[in-house]
Amino acid sequence: MEIDPFIFRFSIFILSIFIGYYVVWSVTPSLHTPLMSVTNAISSVIIVGAIIAALAGSSESIFNISSIFGFIAIILAAINIFGGFLVTQRMLQMYKKKKDKKK
Amino acid sequence: MISANLSAVFYLLSGILFILALRGLSSPDTSRQGNYFGIAGMIIAIVVTFLSIGNFSNSLVYVIIFLIIGGTIGAFIAFKIPMTAMPELVAGFHSLVGLAAVFVAIAAFLNPEAFNLGVVGNIKLASLIEMSIGAAVGAITFSGSIIAFLKLRGIMSGAPITFSGQHILNLILGIGIFVLIFFLCKTQSANVFWTVVTISFLVGILLIIPIGGADMPVVISMLNSYSGWAAAGIGFTLENTALIITGALVGSSGAILSYIMCKAMNRSFVSVILGGFGADNSTENKKKGIDQKPVKSGNAEDAAFLMKNASSVIIVPGYGMAVAQAQHAVREMVDKLKKNDIKVTYAIHPVAGRMPGHMNVLLAEANVPYDEVFELEDINNDFANSDVAFVIGANDVTNPVAKTDPKSPIFGMPVLDVEKCKSVLFVKRSLSPGYAGIDNELFYKDNTLMLFADAKKMTEDIVKNLD
Repeated sequence: MEIDPFIFRFSIFILSIFIGYYVVWSVTPSLHTPLMSVTNAISSVIIVGAIIAALAGSSESIFNISSIFGFIAIILAAINIFGGFLVTQRMLQMYKKKKDKKK
Repeated sequence: MISANLSAVFYLLSGILFILALRGLSSPDTSRQGNYFGIAGMIIAIVVTFLSIGNFSNSLVYVIIFLIIGGTIGAFIAFKIPMTAMPELVAGFHSLVGLAAVFVAIAAFLNPEAFNLGVVGNIKLASLIEMSIGAAVGAITFSGSIIAFLKLRGIMSGAPITFSGQHILNLILGIGIFVLIFFLCKTQSANVFWTVVTISFLVGILLIIPIGGADMPVVISMLNSYSGWAAAGIGFTLENTALIITGALVGSSGAILSYIMCKAMNRSFVSVILGGFGADNSTENKKKGIDQKPVKSGNAEDAAFLMKNASSVIIVPGYGMAVAQAQHAVREMVDKLKKNDIKVTYAIHPVAGRMPGHMNVLLAEANVPYDEVFELEDINNDFANSDVAFVIGANDVTNPVAKTDPKSPIFGMPVLDVEKCKSVLFVKRSLSPGYAGIDNELFYKDNTLMLFADAKKMTEDIVKNLD
């Protein structure tokens, strides 16, 4: 009997939870705020779904009811992607400066 | 256009890059590299999505325009936001992820053909369940984060809002969502789908309003976790590995942070969620405050004198330092002390501030080297051997009552052993209790000197007196 593809995806999901569990425990507590902002940025990979939805409109009707939701979701996710990665970078940069000064 | 198999491999690659992004955060040295991995993973995911659709109609132009609009807004916020506002920024970002998840789910419901999920009125059963769970969790994340944002921003009072029957109402609504999803699978009715989304928005609001300001670190971590589960739900709908991996990573990351925060407050996750902490006992403690015990209070000159004659000083920052934006003044003070060969370290309680790691970021902003900053368990033994503890804006996390009084609501919470220092300087605006609504015994100890003033102003005055 064939295994349902859902089971494969579910396996990936469960294994990723385990990876997440071990990786996050090893994050140093002083970087917990950047951890939150970077997880925020990467969860915006949901933009993939938004792009598919937005591109689903035909050439005659670029904006139909479903693609409009896609377009709005693109804006929301893009704010998060750029905002999340850049603010993380800004924070991590501060952890670097001090070290250079000390040297 | 690239094949589905090839794009799946690329999505896996971007998932791996996201794992490496989190892995990098295990040390400040590798963290920036980790962030670049994250950015690379995101670029790969987006480019592959464009290539796999391959339909470069006029829509593509609009997609890119919208992407740039969003990106510009995001970049603008990222550069403008002050570091003290990080908790509300993160809460705000969570709400956007939640809402994006809801919108993608709605788009998939309205136009399932675009996602290969069947046709309107006959969507594949599994996809329907996945998208409605994604939409429900996304909606809860959105409205919950909005409430958290308003509370952190001070637009809404940080006090818990409770009413009778609240938990039963939440329970009924929660069960209602599952029943409705069941009906949705039977009928494929759009109205049922909209009802699920609406109720979920409501649940998000109801879930967060009873939670008080001091529990915000748990709430933010919890919403972080929810935004991950919402993304994973959508990932299953879209059969997209990158989304599933990321959702699981973010979900477990948020869950671990919530656990760490709960443990640092010695409270169970359930009791935080049920909320109402700090609401009931505050009146009782106000009464207690009337029979004033003697307090020693001093000024900046006394504080400067004490510190100048010390050989080691431990700084204990808390939320008050963030509010007063005193981190730069603190750093200036520490520089002066170090010039006099005084050993200075920082002690940080896990729940100091309004989000995990809040104090560390503020000190980093003020250029405090991270190897001078210690976590609770690493520094707690040092208090007994130190001359001065300088408590600035922290309160409940230093309260010895957590170790001595089993009746206290914070009994059992790990606290910093500040009272073991030879002398304690406590910067505070008044004698009012902290967020937990509990009087701090530390105020009345013989070796405590209270400095009643705004944290920033007091620190600046001490700096002047150190010359």
